[in-house]
Amino acid sequence: MEFKLSKEQEMMQKMAKEFADKEIAPLSQEIDKTHKFPIELARKMGTLGLMGMMVEPAMGGAGCDTVCYTIAIEELARASAAVAIIASVNNSLVCYPLQKNATEDQKKSYLPDLASGKKLGSFGLTEPGAGTDAGSQATVAVKKDNEYILNGTKIFITNATNADTFIIFAMTDKAKGPKGISAFIVEKTFPGFSIGTVEELMGIRGSGQAELVMDNCRVPAGNLLGAEGAGFGIAMATLDSGRIGVAAQAVGIAQAALEECQRYAMEREQFGKPIGKFQAIQWMVADMATEIEAARLLVRKAAYAKDTQKRFSAEAAMAKLYASEMCMRVTVKAVQIHGGYGYTKDYLVERLIRDAKITEIYEGTSEVQRMVISGGLLK
Amino acid sequence: MDIICLMKQVPDTTDVKIDPKTGTLIREGVPSIINPEDKNAIEAALVLKEKHGGKIVCISMGPPQAEDALREAYAMGVDECVLLCDRAFAGADTLATSYALAMAIKAVGKYDIIISGRQAIDGDTAQIGPQIAEWLKMPQITYARTLEVKDNKAHVERLLEDGFEVVEAPLPCLVTCVKEMNKPRYPTVSRILKACKELKIPFWNAQQINAEKSRIGLDGSATGVKRTFAPEPKGLGKMLTGKTEDVVKQLVKHLENDNIINR
Amino acid sequence: MTMAELKWKPENCAQCGECVGACPYGALEIVGDKVIIKTTCTACGACVDSCASDCLEIIGAEKKVAGAGEHKNVWVFAEQRDGKLSKVAIQLLGCAHGLAKELNQQVGAILIGHNITKLAQELIHRGANIVYVFDDPKVAQYSTGPYAKVICELITKERPNIVLYGATTIGRDLAPRIARRLNLGLTADCTELTIDKETRFLLQTRPAFGGNVMATIMSPTTRPQMSTVRPGIMKELEADPNKTGEVEKVKVDIKEEDMLVKILQVVKEAKKIANLDEARIIVSGGRGVGSADGFKVIRELAETLGGEVGGSRVAVEKGWISQDHQVGQTGKTVRPDLYIACGISGSIQHRAGMQSSKCIVAINKNPDAMIFKVAHYGIVGDLHDVVPALTEAIKAAGLSKKQ
Repeated sequence: MEFKLSKEQEMMQKMAKEFADKEIAPLSQEIDKTHKFPIELARKMGTLGLMGMMVEPAMGGAGCDTVCYTIAIEELARASAAVAIIASVNNSLVCYPLQKNATEDQKKSYLPDLASGKKLGSFGLTEPGAGTDAGSQATVAVKKDNEYILNGTKIFITNATNADTFIIFAMTDKAKGPKGISAFIVEKTFPGFSIGTVEELMGIRGSGQAELVMDNCRVPAGNLLGAEGAGFGIAMATLDSGRIGVAAQAVGIAQAALEECQRYAMEREQFGKPIGKFQAIQWMVADMATEIEAARLLVRKAAYAKDTQKRFSAEAAMAKLYASEMCMRVTVKAVQIHGGYGYTKDYLVERLIRDAKITEIYEGTSEVQRMVISGGLLK
Repeated sequence: MDIICLMKQVPDTTDVKIDPKTGTLIREGVPSIINPEDKNAIEAALVLKEKHGGKIVCISMGPPQAEDALREAYAMGVDECVLLCDRAFAGADTLATSYALAMAIKAVGKYDIIISGRQAIDGDTAQIGPQIAEWLKMPQITYARTLEVKDNKAHVERLLEDGFEVVEAPLPCLVTCVKEMNKPRYPTVSRILKACKELKIPFWNAQQINAEKSRIGLDGSATGVKRTFAPEPKGLGKMLTGKTEDVVKQLVKHLENDNIINR
Repeated sequence: MTMAELKWKPENCAQCGECVGACPYGALEIVGDKVIIKTTCTACGACVDSCASDCLEIIGAEKKVAGAGEHKNVWVFAEQRDGKLSKVAIQLLGCAHGLAKELNQQVGAILIGHNITKLAQELIHRGANIVYVFDDPKVAQYSTGPYAKVICELITKERPNIVLYGATTIGRDLAPRIARRLNLGLTADCTELTIDKETRFLLQTRPAFGGNVMATIMSPTTRPQMSTVRPGIMKELEADPNKTGEVEKVKVDIKEEDMLVKILQVVKEAKKIANLDEARIIVSGGRGVGSADGFKVIRELAETLGGEVGGSRVAVEKGWISQDHQVGQTGKTVRPDLYIACGISGSIQHRAGMQSSKCIVAINKNPDAMIFKVAHYGIVGDLHDVVPALTEAIKAAGLSKKQ
């Protein structure tokens, strides 16, 4: 068993770190302040191949492994959680289900643009009445001639404000319950499709979260993704993949918080010496670093499991559960270490704690992760 | 167009610190990078290739670990890489290094233009480019801040202290770039994978480039380091006292002695 | 030309690792019970000094230069542009004078250009005993090819001991070409030149590793010894109109094939305003400045030093200076060679943005201001008095960069 990064993982980390430090970090506070979607950064990431890392080369991706992917997301998140989730959604929640379930024609139509960043993707599952209870979809899709007519709303959809391609879930057969859900590839230009309320968020500000409104939205039958009724399965498998990205994002946010504390604790002097010389602070930093490392290993193991095993739900759930709760603990400690200064917008940790919270909620709450993990253990 | 790029792997000297106790360089944890101005050179080569078509060969001289820097150059977009690696090259000053690189360029054979960074951030000499150009008996243009090729000539804006001059030289010629020239692109994900999975980097030794033993390594060097030492640490926390006119004079003297301000 | 080589003697070695840490090139490694000398070793000897057990030595005697006695005199390449001698040329004559005195030799100057013969007298007044002049329309503008040809032929004929060039866009383009053609050692960007008492060799000291380390270099076996010298370091001699010297006209045949590069246009350009991140010198004002008007003296000092103006968060918030000048946690992080903090208390937010500066000077009324904790030089006083006085002192010392 090797814990060393391969050459390509090392090079990927170097490139992502340099891009994050030079291109993203200088803009991260501004993005958070203005809540403006960083579309130029998304295009830049696309040019470098960061928006479709695991897509097969024939479809314009790099075909890299999931470990490589999580390394990149962690580095992006270190600079900006919002930018990281923009990339993660595009990679894990859009390219991945297309890669796994789309027909050759569908792949050819959508993957190259999504992989190159020419077009942006979004994943529309959550509804006002269907969050953790994702199976209770209210959005319906009715087949009519050569089209499906979709009606319903989706909320809290990341990338929505700037996305071109949406994976939308809707009920094609209500009687079958979750087994009656189907997945569709919806383009923003389809008649009857519009973006509704844009959310004003606590954190990951600038990630373009908004409401999707389908009002007799006409989707060509050829845009059904997978078979009718396969939607729920596609959604769950996709979320398994997505939560590895979120776990990596959480590790990145926590890593940024740790680095801020390392700097601050040696600069801030009280009682005649840097606060980093006091045991209380030293122990906090030690705990933070240990937890981050533990989470990082869980993330990489989950990534490895995805690449080598048929089922990886448990590993993905564990990584997401631990990393997100760890991230919250670490960022809270980070603000504490910064004292009053950490409570001001001058200091990054004020934003990091706000960014951290969502990792415990989206792509499956911590409660859902616990359901998944225990479900596999207590049969 | 056949382009040759020269590149050096260097420690990131912006991160380097001196151990206050021993006065020596702390190299631990200092990452190795592609010399920044060589990255500008690679970017310039990529721009030329995009415009004129052709091939870029990137040559570097260094220990085996310099292979990583060449892989990064490949991931940026160069087509082939060569590492000059041989114990016999060790301890070379710029005269011996430039000779070895020139012989390697001759061994590659085909070239219309040779591009390198102006200087490396560890040696800081800026001598390699001109010395290679002399050995290969070709025109050199240093301090290039723009580079174009028109009618088989290199067309360059050459930076001067108080402005710039527009110069041209027939190909083949050698150009050294300054950082003002461009913003080097990042390696892409797919080329990173190719660099690790497909790219084979040949290691060339002195024999393979027909280098005369007496001209390489320590033997081929005309300069030698007598000693290295840490620069005088500035007076940390030195409070200057006295009348204002005297105090400012003292400060000016200190700043001049520290080489912070000069004529 | 065999140079020195490092050898490790295992007998007394306890693998303590001192040598590994002392090496500026990372060339030593301890593997098991052996000290491995890697290919990056330059035989500088730093490890020899660090070893308490005498396990390392530099072997290989420096060969005495064949015909070393035949090489005499210290020359300066007297760079001129548009018929005016550059400051560095005059400075180098001052330096050459000192070196020549030690060696009991003469000072020579090389003057190349068109209609520049009249400058020879100025060179003589500034210390040259003999000026070699090549005055020709072909070399009116600097170009590598013809200048290198003239100097190479001159060096081969006259056999100087030392040749110095300014480390300018001309000198650093020209000297390496000459060094290669004549197979000479060349040291770049020197900040100190002295004569070694024993060997009489030129000791050339210059910064390396981005200025983090100083190296003293020698060219023991090749003549002339050549260096490019950083402008502004050496002290020129006072012009003495009574000094006399020789002026020798040089004859070199410049052919078409020697003119390698064609100059199409020369454009004078005011130096682009570097952004704060790239500034070498920053003069920064804080609460103590008091008003937008108060920043005038800050600006004046910055211009005199050829630097940029910075401000603390307070100064920006009060509208005394615009946001893009802000240094600190919410502004820019800067690492200039010189940061002068005027009327800045040195809060942790501000320090975060500038504490990695190479040299920090603090001027503040309050002797307990936090800024003094990170300053290399501190002056307790009212910036409104100190800053203008400092500007004057710089001008008086002839160090003003103001156009």
